[in-house]
Amino acid sequence: MGIPRNPLRKLMFRRLMKNKLSVAGGIIVAALFLVAVLAPVISPYNPNDIDRFHILEKPGIHHPLGTDDLGRDILSRMIWGARISLSVGFVAVGIATLIGILFGAIAGYYGGWPDMIITRFIDIMLSIPTFFLILAVIAFIGSGIFNIMAVIGFTSWMGVARLVRAEFLTLKERDYVLAARALGASDMQIIFRHIMINSMAPVLVSAVLGIAGAVLVESALSFLGIGVQPPTPSWGNILTLGKDNIEIAWWLSVFPGLAILITVLGYNLLGEGIRDAIDPRLWESERK
Amino acid sequence: MLKYLLKRLFQMVPTLIGITLISFFIIHLAPGKPTDVLADFNPKITPEARERLEKYYGLDKPVIVQYGMWLRRIVKLDFGESFSSDRRPVMQKLWDRKQPLIDRRLFITFMLNVLSMVIILLISIPIGITSATHRNSLYDRITTTTVFIGFAMPSFWFALLLMMLFGIHLGWLPISGLKSMNYAVLSPAGQVWDRVSHLILPVFIASFGGLAGDSRYMRSSMLEVIRQDYITVARAKGLTEKVVIYRHALRNALLPLITLVGLSIPGLIGGSVIMESVFGIPGMGQLLFMSVMTRDYPMIMCVLTIGAVLTLVGNLLADLGYMLADPRIRNQ
Repeated sequence: MGIPRNPLRKLMFRRLMKNKLSVAGGIIVAALFLVAVLAPVISPYNPNDIDRFHILEKPGIHHPLGTDDLGRDILSRMIWGARISLSVGFVAVGIATLIGILFGAIAGYYGGWPDMIITRFIDIMLSIPTFFLILAVIAFIGSGIFNIMAVIGFTSWMGVARLVRAEFLTLKERDYVLAARALGASDMQIIFRHIMINSMAPVLVSAVLGIAGAVLVESALSFLGIGVQPPTPSWGNILTLGKDNIEIAWWLSVFPGLAILITVLGYNLLGEGIRDAIDPRLWESERK
Repeated sequence: MLKYLLKRLFQMVPTLIGITLISFFIIHLAPGKPTDVLADFNPKITPEARERLEKYYGLDKPVIVQYGMWLRRIVKLDFGESFSSDRRPVMQKLWDRKQPLIDRRLFITFMLNVLSMVIILLISIPIGITSATHRNSLYDRITTTTVFIGFAMPSFWFALLLMMLFGIHLGWLPISGLKSMNYAVLSPAGQVWDRVSHLILPVFIASFGGLAGDSRYMRSSMLEVIRQDYITVARAKGLTEKVVIYRHALRNALLPLITLVGLSIPGLIGGSVIMESVFGIPGMGQLLFMSVMTRDYPMIMCVLTIGAVLTLVGNLLADLGYMLADPRIRNQ
């Protein structure tokens, strides 16, 4: 987040910190980062060590969250799984945001036929049950982690594109843009230096909320067996084992799902918090 | 009204062509061919036999030509034959006329989605209204918290938890399929209960996620509306709170929700893959999953197209609902 430099951002930052729920969300996300970065240090076992004498062991002193059907330590697998969850979320949303900004900026700034084509394309993409398409493509191109990131990214940019387009439509009519043009600024300068900077706030919110969505899609794909492949640990593929052993090993289902729930909750709280902090309409109602 | 409807139906055609074109290209340009899967099962297959097969299915032609051929058949509602070993027409796999209606795959998925949609609306609208009118009360806080958790809940995990509780621990509900093994020997009443009991968990879980979103949306839309001047006027006239909320405010507050319902259809349909695979339900999503695994191009294209048609029809219905609810648009 950095140190806020201008007074407006300072105000927004202060408002964000005042909202307890969004601070809680921020803490969850930060904790997840730490766990992912420190995985080699804090995980008690090697996540792939098979121990055939301790198969499907209940949570206990040696294995706080139990072991799976190969005797692997669930806590360690979940700690390493945090890396998958975190990286998929960030890269997928990064791709989606870049595509969304590009399409949205072109459509909103130039209008006319580029706008017509892009808007049509967005409508079409929004009418495809995206999960069907993701499923088909992943099954075809293989389930490597980069493929998953790319496919989620390429199928979730429409919201950002619409947002950016709407921002561009209003901002390009502002006097300061006219002033910039009168001073001889090129299209590229106006798009990137003058309009885009001012349309980033809603994009940030939608990106943070988008990470939550991407985490859910990745875990669903891994759960279905076409996402991250074992032995690489991911929360979704531990849950697959949970389903296969549902009658004998509750811990395989409960803990990874809880981790997904808390992670998604963290991103959602943070995203909503940022949205409230940057919404000027809410400032006024607070002052009253 | 009729003119508008016809215009909208006409507009759906290019969108549908766009959807199928994009899907077709993505699927056919992705690496790997159906004949690869065939070769996996039968390593003795010669390159010549493979070529013959590819020629037979038209896979050797450029993708755009293949799309043209596909489109020409679709106009006659012929989705082709499945690449799988049974070689059945794909439409028959989704909609088998020899089976009773409630056992046809497309109907099963359709019914599950409609059921959960109805339940979502029946519950989320009252929850949204009451938590808006009792803003910041204990009730509002409890529902808001539940909604936040509902948003973040992975549906398949929630399904596993409830399966453990109601299926295994308590033994009250079945956890897999749509009917029991002994279905044929049950009494008619027993058969009805058997079907209903199999639906309870899947429908409940499919509804839960949507419930969170829609009730939240209903709440904020209601909050927005009751801030308006005309509501103050209604109150000043001395109308009871009930009349103010349910006759004056509700109609306007419902408008954004109708749009949201239209937008949530692709998510619901897409989610049926997860639901059907967790609960072992023989619907369209499960069929898509199986055909994706075997690269059954005609089957995948058929399911994707039907999913898109359902979405477009759902959006159209949402727009019509919007018109019915808003006289300003109706009279345009």
